[in-house]
Amino acid sequence: MLLIPCPWCGSRDEAEFHYGGQAHVPYPEDPASLDDTQWARYLFFRANPKGPLAERWCHTDGCRRWFNAVRNTATHDILAVYKPGEPRPVIA
Amino acid sequence: MGDTADRRSPLAHTADRFAAATRASGGALRLAELPFLAQVNVRLDPKGPAADAVGLALGMTLPLEPNTVVHGGGLTAVWLGPDEWLVVGPPGSQEGLQEKVRTAIGSEHASVVDVSAQRTTLLVAGRHARDLLAHGCSLDLHPRSLGAGRCAQTTLARAQVVLVPRDAYKPGFWVLVRSSFASYLADWLLDAAAEYTAPKATASAHATSEYAMPQFAETSS
Ligand SMILES: [Zn+2]
Repeated sequence: MLLIPCPWCGSRDEAEFHYGGQAHVPYPEDPASLDDTQWARYLFFRANPKGPLAERWCHTDGCRRWFNAVRNTATHDILAVYKPGEPRPVIA
Repeated sequence: MGDTADRRSPLAHTADRFAAATRASGGALRLAELPFLAQVNVRLDPKGPAADAVGLALGMTLPLEPNTVVHGGGLTAVWLGPDEWLVVGPPGSQEGLQEKVRTAIGSEHASVVDVSAQRTTLLVAGRHARDLLAHGCSLDLHPRSLGAGRCAQTTLARAQVVLVPRDAYKPGFWVLVRSSFASYLADWLLDAAAEYTAPKATASAHATSEYAMPQFAETSS
């Protein structure tokens, strides 16, 4: 079981959270101008690193707020959490 | 509010079992439903003028620190999120409460919703209250982390709840649970409480056994 630190509520069981996929994937500014390849790239292509990945999580059973977390996909270490709108912290 | 004569609270059918468990525990536990509490969900900018206006109207400041509550004037304001609160009042007060909050907000951007029927409230009190909740809750329930003035939204036996320690019952908690989960949670609580509601003879037999477990709970409460 992961302990995930909600930026508001503090550390809680993973079971209280909902996973929201990779963070910082902006909706295309002009979706209508994208061709099929570009649209598919926006919809389906995500980073898959072995190491730190910025992800969205929602504290579903707590404050029900979305936030971002940088998680090491190999070790499950949560390296940083930050609120929506805040920039991704620099991880050494 | 319509005619209240025919209203049944979500746990009306559990009242007898709660009373029996409370009696059988010999004062170690007190289980009861506190039905029909007024609950109004308020969302607004915590830094805007509406927050101050609502605070003035209710005679309390809305809690801004996560996981805290403010009591005042018979009301309890529970922090639900950085821009969201649950204002809990006595049964039947929801309309007046909404009116008061709406008037205070004026034309500011905010949301005020009567959610009194969304959740019912359980009282879990007595010196074994924390031990009972700890059977299904991963949070530290000790007063140093969840004492008076604090609250927590979490899961109890996998059901989403809001825990609010109550000064009036030491130790004691309000457990706010969605109406559709209330029956399940009541059954779970009564089952988890079995060890505190067992007949006295069994309890003393355990206490005199050489395998008796130390009563950690007695010292923690
Ligand atoms: Zn949270």
